[in-house]
Amino acid sequence: MVSVTLGIYMVGLKLSPLKLRLYSWHKWVGITIFLLVAARLIWRAANVPPPPILGPPWQQVAAVVNHWLLYVLLICIPLSGWLMSSAYGVGVVYFGVIPLPDLIGKNKELGDTLKALHETLAFTMLALVTVHAVAALKHHLLDRDAVLHRMLPLVRPRARKQ
Amino acid sequence: MTPSHRGLLLSATLATFLVSAAGSGYAQRVSAVELDKSTITFVSKQMNVPVEGKFGRFTVQLAFDAAKPNEGRVQVELDLSSIDTGSEEANDEVKGKGWFDVKTYPSARFVSSTVKSLGSGRYELAGKLTIKGRTKDVVAPFAFKPAGQGAVFEGAFVLKRLDYAIGEGAWSDTDTVANEVQVKFRISAVTGMVKK
Repeated sequence: MVSVTLGIYMVGLKLSPLKLRLYSWHKWVGITIFLLVAARLIWRAANVPPPPILGPPWQQVAAVVNHWLLYVLLICIPLSGWLMSSAYGVGVVYFGVIPLPDLIGKNKELGDTLKALHETLAFTMLALVTVHAVAALKHHLLDRDAVLHRMLPLVRPRARKQ
Repeated sequence: MTPSHRGLLLSATLATFLVSAAGSGYAQRVSAVELDKSTITFVSKQMNVPVEGKFGRFTVQLAFDAAKPNEGRVQVELDLSSIDTGSEEANDEVKGKGWFDVKTYPSARFVSSTVKSLGSGRYELAGKLTIKGRTKDVVAPFAFKPAGQGAVFEGAFVLKRLDYAIGEGAWSDTDTVANEVQVKFRISAVTGMVKK
């Protein structure tokens, strides 16, 4: 979320030292997300996920589809950003210390295409995250089940009305 | 391989041999610069990310005789508005007042003062570089390499952009754009063989 907001904000800025800093921070956040999601996928593959909460079949399907789309996007968005950086000839030096290899050669047209892809994927993710959050709140506030508690252990399920 | 190809290859090999063999009695002398095959590029560091750019238009006047390198002379005139940083936005920015101010200072100039041999085809070029009305001494090692029917001068040096007030105001912050900028040149020339 922070990265998407930063991305939308920085692109509109006039060229300045701040803009260059924000671009770098945005890239660092993106690579961090990429690494965390990769770790998360490995964890998920190695551990049995908790059983799904019962509900109407369409909601169960929607939940599974949305979750996997989010994983796909959380991998593809940083990757498209990294590719875009390589294509524009402005690579990524993680935290200003670790230079990441350029994935492809300099090619402005390809860079423009990747930029469009990066933005489209990011806005798609924004929509899916909204669906994910609204669904979680619906479980918490209306169904009063343990779904949100499972994601955020500090949030206790609400007591059912008598 | 056709006989003429073989002949070309042979003469090229021969030229290489003649230049590299000490005391062979012949040396390469530059007769013309091939601007279309020459490049002047630079690498700046933005947030520690190396970013390459180039200049599209420049002229080079060059006199160089491998037998008498000390008499070598070079003058380079660089059209600063031909800068290509890799992005439109940055191209517009760096032509402005705070950077190169190309309206007031349309070109940069390098005039050599000395050339000395460092041995085994390597030389050191010293001279004065003027950008944005400011002149500083520059020393650049370069290699002189026979290539085909001519030769290539290849070298690089590091300049400090703030010495020339390139990037003023907020841009003088060297944490975002480093002070050191590497300038690389590759000048291609047609040569003739001359008796030493």
